[in-house]
Amino acid sequence: MRELMLGNAAIARGAYEAGVKVATAYPGTPSTEITEIISGYEEVYSEWSPNEKVAFEAALGASMAGARALVCMKHVGLNVAADPLFTASYTGVGGGLVAVVADDPGMFSSQNEQDTRFYARAAHVPIIEPSDSAEAKDFTKLAFELSEKYDTPVILRTTTRLAHGQSFVKIEPRTERELVTYVKNPAKYVMMPSNAKLRHIVVERRMDKLADDCGELSINGIEYNDKKLGIVCSGIVYQYVKEAYPSASVLKLGMVYPLPLKLIRDFAANVGEVIVIEELEPFIENQLKANGIACRGKEIFSKQGELSVNIIKKAFFGASMPESEGDIRLPARPPVLCAGCPHRGVFYVLNKLRTTVCGDIGCYTLGAMPPLNAVDSVVCMGAGIGMAHGFLKASPQTKNIVAVIGDSTFIHSGITGLIDSVYNKSGTTVIILDNSTTGMTGHQNHPATGKTIREEDTVRVDIEAICRACGVRRVVTIAADDLVGLERAVKEETSIEETSVIIARKPCELIVKGQKKPYRIIEKNCKRCRACLKIGCPAISCTDGKMVIKSEMCVGCGLCEKLCGFGAIGVMEANELL
Amino acid sequence: MNILIVGVGGQGTLLASRILGNLAAVSGYDCKLNEVHGMAQRGGSVVTHVKMADKVFSPVIAEGDADFILGFEILEAFRYRHFLKKGGTIIVNIQEIMPMPVVIGAAEYPKNLAEILKSENNAAAVDAYSLALSAGNVKTVNTVILGYFAKKAGIPYADMEKALGLSVKPKLLDINKTALKYGYALD
Repeated sequence: MRELMLGNAAIARGAYEAGVKVATAYPGTPSTEITEIISGYEEVYSEWSPNEKVAFEAALGASMAGARALVCMKHVGLNVAADPLFTASYTGVGGGLVAVVADDPGMFSSQNEQDTRFYARAAHVPIIEPSDSAEAKDFTKLAFELSEKYDTPVILRTTTRLAHGQSFVKIEPRTERELVTYVKNPAKYVMMPSNAKLRHIVVERRMDKLADDCGELSINGIEYNDKKLGIVCSGIVYQYVKEAYPSASVLKLGMVYPLPLKLIRDFAANVGEVIVIEELEPFIENQLKANGIACRGKEIFSKQGELSVNIIKKAFFGASMPESEGDIRLPARPPVLCAGCPHRGVFYVLNKLRTTVCGDIGCYTLGAMPPLNAVDSVVCMGAGIGMAHGFLKASPQTKNIVAVIGDSTFIHSGITGLIDSVYNKSGTTVIILDNSTTGMTGHQNHPATGKTIREEDTVRVDIEAICRACGVRRVVTIAADDLVGLERAVKEETSIEETSVIIARKPCELIVKGQKKPYRIIEKNCKRCRACLKIGCPAISCTDGKMVIKSEMCVGCGLCEKLCGFGAIGVMEANELL
Repeated sequence: MNILIVGVGGQGTLLASRILGNLAAVSGYDCKLNEVHGMAQRGGSVVTHVKMADKVFSPVIAEGDADFILGFEILEAFRYRHFLKKGGTIIVNIQEIMPMPVVIGAAEYPKNLAEILKSENNAAAVDAYSLALSAGNVKTVNTVILGYFAKKAGIPYADMEKALGLSVKPKLLDINKTALKYGYALD
């Protein structure tokens, strides 16, 4: 049976068919759907872990117990999970262990453009890279085989275009696998120096063996055409190359570390010139050069952003690229907080109070956008609290500063920052925006929602209690749409010397889907003061000088009504509704 | 055939691409779709690529290589018109959705974009919103546009209806069929 499948769905399917028993992840675009889809397979245990480090460790434990285990994350998630990865490379595996890591060239939904392939080299684990959904499924299955054959974790790298692209996949049945029997083996799993020194030797031998063997893997292959030019590429770039330059000879690498050097040397000997085309860093190119294989790559192609068919055509054929209009200035259409978003009121207050805001990763990053303009920094998951703490240590006279973090992000990596602030007495004010979900990635449960990945009831981790247990004495919980209360709390908590937490709580509008009546402008009262436009609500606009609330977009949160000083905004009456 | 679907997050462009993917499946073509998830979806400009042919390599349509652009919103149709192949067709839904820079007065929504699209790109305009409304649900804007696209692209109505049946929930099928018919009936 042939089915159109998202790259991420194909990876999920591949893991399922490979007999995976445990799948763990923290959500992160563009990797989230893999674990969401796996949660629909009865035979597989799946979970949202608190963060990628725990997810990796849980998968490693499952592997040690003898099961095939999968852990998924976005590229920056691997920074969090790097610690277990580097030593899991030494311990090796019991059942196969595969880490899917999704890079985001072009930064559609990320804070940087890091290249995961370097992690594979640094941690001495193999990394493979599929180029469409069918390969995503096949490579996932192969990754488990390689993991078990070579006793190593394997990284399967995807990029946004693969993860969120769909192509046809052939569905096959699942092969159930018995657990590999666990036998106590401290020399393999207890990585204290005496054991680790011996395991490091094993790691190096393993990688040498893999480097020797991988030329035989079917995922690395040569397609000879016109031999004037030989292109070395992998992943989605292979697809661009085939479309842009169908007559070129191509060496398609399924495994980019270690490289099949003998195969590459044969290829180089048979073509006039070798060009390496890869997105982001010159990872393959530098390995070729280090091994004395003459080639060119990044002197032609950028390290920044995505490649494309036209970029490749332009490089080889000088073809000009159609560009967007230069003569008419088109307004950009940046993403915005949704209508009814509970974060909006908080950022309105922080902007009004001119508070310095160390922000964090989530929907609320959008609080940095006009007209809210409320956020001063966004770096990584959990960074806001640590940064506000450090800011106050350097500049204790700064009073008007807060850290802002979401509920899921707080659980992920905000707690240690909060402890730092309490322990080292910076008096940071932390605002936890508790919308009871992981919002930006599409509404996943987390430990503080009291529901598992399958919506089953579980113990709800209590955020207030965590804050108090960390030593925070002042924990205030306020409804996120209570502008007066929020303003008072922010003023009060930033003015005192001790660390405090304000929990601004209201569930994400997209999960509660409030069926409240929409609001409308009462034209006779409107003074055109534009106060209602200051909250950046996508349902409110100004058309020909008149304020308009789009009834089909308004969810009836009523925030705009609170801002209007002239009684010009009210609930739409039943007879006004369409 | 390369079809670029452009619009604003929340307008139902993803469902439209799923229907076209199923159209490829029922027509026996190879097909690749590419879409954007995550941050860009929050009311931002969204682009979905649909490619069907005997064999498809790149999942992304190159600039200047789209046979069709389905513009769910005027500004977005205009923003991506350089993706159109010479002789290609733009179908533009006559609907303006103000982006945030316009709402807060930092930019203006350019005038006459639809007229320029018609005169320079021979764009076919459709008031999909009104047709969707008369079909019984404003959320069928996407299906109306697909109906019109099918007519312009010479795709048999029966194939399109079959693809629709594979893509939408049974309880929404009738209303979507009506919307598809309305779109298909346009010239």
